[in-house]
Amino acid sequence: MLKITDLHAGIEDKEILKGINLEVNAGEVHAIMGPNGSGKSTLSAVIAGKEEFEVTKGSVELNGEDLDEVSPEERAHKGVFLSFQYPVEIPGVSVTNFIKTAINESRKARGLEEMPANKMLKLIREKSELLDIDRRFLSRSLNEGFSGGEKKRNEIFQMAMLEPKLAILDETDSGLDIDALRIVANGVNKLKSKDNAVIVITHYQRLLEYIVPDFVHVLHNGKIVKSGGKELALELEEKGYDWLKNEAVV
Amino acid sequence: MAYTEEELKKELETKEYEYGFYTDIESDTLPVGLNEDIIIAISKKKEEPEWMTLWRLEAFKYWKEMEEPEWANVHYKKPDFQSISYYSAPNKKPKYNSLDEVDPELLETFKKLGISVDEQKKLAGVAVDIVMDSVSVATTFKKTLAEKGIIFCSISEAIKEHPELVKKYIGSVVPKRDNFYAALNSAVFSDGSFCYIPKGVKCPMELSTYFRINQAGTGQFERTLVIADEGSYVSYLEGCTAPSRDENQLHAAVVELIALDDAEIKYSTVQNWFPGDKEGKGGVYNFVTKRGLCEKNAKISWTQVETGSAVTWKYPSCILKGDNSIGEFYSIAVTNNFQQADTGTKMIHLGKNTRSTIISKGISAGKSQNSYRGLVQVNSRAENARNFSQCDSLLMGNECGAHTFPYIEAKNKTAQIEHEATTSKIGEDQIFYCNQRGIDTEKAIALIVNGFSKEVLNKLPMEFAVEAQKLLEISLEGSVG
Repeated sequence: MLKITDLHAGIEDKEILKGINLEVNAGEVHAIMGPNGSGKSTLSAVIAGKEEFEVTKGSVELNGEDLDEVSPEERAHKGVFLSFQYPVEIPGVSVTNFIKTAINESRKARGLEEMPANKMLKLIREKSELLDIDRRFLSRSLNEGFSGGEKKRNEIFQMAMLEPKLAILDETDSGLDIDALRIVANGVNKLKSKDNAVIVITHYQRLLEYIVPDFVHVLHNGKIVKSGGKELALELEEKGYDWLKNEAVV
Repeated sequence: MAYTEEELKKELETKEYEYGFYTDIESDTLPVGLNEDIIIAISKKKEEPEWMTLWRLEAFKYWKEMEEPEWANVHYKKPDFQSISYYSAPNKKPKYNSLDEVDPELLETFKKLGISVDEQKKLAGVAVDIVMDSVSVATTFKKTLAEKGIIFCSISEAIKEHPELVKKYIGSVVPKRDNFYAALNSAVFSDGSFCYIPKGVKCPMELSTYFRINQAGTGQFERTLVIADEGSYVSYLEGCTAPSRDENQLHAAVVELIALDDAEIKYSTVQNWFPGDKEGKGGVYNFVTKRGLCEKNAKISWTQVETGSAVTWKYPSCILKGDNSIGEFYSIAVTNNFQQADTGTKMIHLGKNTRSTIISKGISAGKSQNSYRGLVQVNSRAENARNFSQCDSLLMGNECGAHTFPYIEAKNKTAQIEHEATTSKIGEDQIFYCNQRGIDTEKAIALIVNGFSKEVLNKLPMEFAVEAQKLLEISLEGSVG
């Protein structure tokens, strides 16, 4: 599904990603771990197509198509979803109105009619129950005055509504208490299928207890320095990142 | 392609006025210039009674001694008042019974504006008194209104048919010598609308008037007078679009509202005069005086969506004379390119327990300047007066400006006045967030702007809210993508 080859990218003159190789297939869950400043969030932004970052070398392919010239909204239409680490506020635009617009824009791009209101409402009810979201929450302005947990839950709610092919969860666990973490992870697990893939970006092993990865990659200084199975995450938890840093130098 | 703020700015600059066309309708125009003879000629052309002619002449006398105000935060080349033609009426001036008789070219103009008379007729419950180049050319739904005793006609007709009402109220809220432009309007007003709602009558439909400017170099001086008698209610809509012109056009309207005891007037405006091109050339000068008077327990709400004009100078105000009266002002002002807007309101609290609410939303893009100017005045006898003001500004790009000038004068210790203000900017992060959800930049801006303006859009009558939303999109992001 996703194939990243020797990806170099940066902002202005500063190179942040220095040759990433990663392949994610349908039905897989990949975890990307690494210390602060290793390039985790840059990688997710580059996959989503944020223009601020310049790809200087290498490629990102989605189902065989090079995404270099593809705009962020077109990537979204093709099924790329990014759960933001810091979701932005849009005052005056309700959660419902926002997701309705997002769904209909994607449908329009695929040549479909707008989703009928009753169908939309049914879908919203279904997915909000899945994530234990209060009806009143849906009429609030997007992310305005939301707690950290509410913001993240709202991200996963949007993911549930949009049913992406490739979901990237950027530090979805940060700012979540244990109950919220469980609800969010549970939601993600229910959405998982053999047709879609998930990339979980995280600092800690904690989230991976709930969303169990098939592969774990360690990102350091813009490169994947180690890959392994889920047991790698436990090893990292125990030993920290320092031993890998040394290994990378060698 | 995704999108940076730089590009957004560039694209906004290239936004052209969508309604830039001109209808060639024969007009009957007076020679340029302004003197007593011209005023007498206007009055004569309109077959006015002598008292009206004298009223105009008196206003002209005041105007000659007045100077153009300079306190507003706008800069423009002052109009040469002697090079303007003060009267222009469509030549064919029949009384229509049906729309089929209306000049097809005129109907075509309305069609281009997307608010054709046909369409308007279908919008059940909306009576339209269309003012094109100063003279009413079509009036509908008159009969339904007449049954309720409601008078809704052009001001010229009212001067002839209902002189007692006009004589009593015209100039009672905005006196002839109130300000430079009001005095000019009083001297030369060409036409406008008149509305009277009798005691206890709730007007069953939204009354609406569309104003156009359609003659090169013709000033437009509308005069509107709305009187809601005791216990009555009316919702009045006014909307404007104007064809594109090279030279500046002056628009100096006066609107007076009178809400007698227990009456309520809702006055909504969507204004889209030609704003000038992207270099700041051309565009309408909009110098308007709008004011309402509230008697006991009366209520006046002004709602405005201002997207057009090169220069706007406009402060719809309420004089809360009667005890327990209420004044409201809800405004969205959008400026782009080189547009300048200095707009706001005055809430004058005279009576006891008077209340006022001000919600102002300013959106600036391009190199435009957008100012809110408001006065909340509580006089010494206004016990327990309350005011709440909220002024929010949204900026797009780095070259525009947003300014807030709130004036507060409280002469009574019991007054409670609140003022809140925010300034924000549409950020790349917000746009990227929307993009990531599959919403393109054009739609994202529309979404953000509509969210920002929601509190005010919600105050508009349904059919107007849709048009206003469309206008916001056209004014800001129509060229994007």
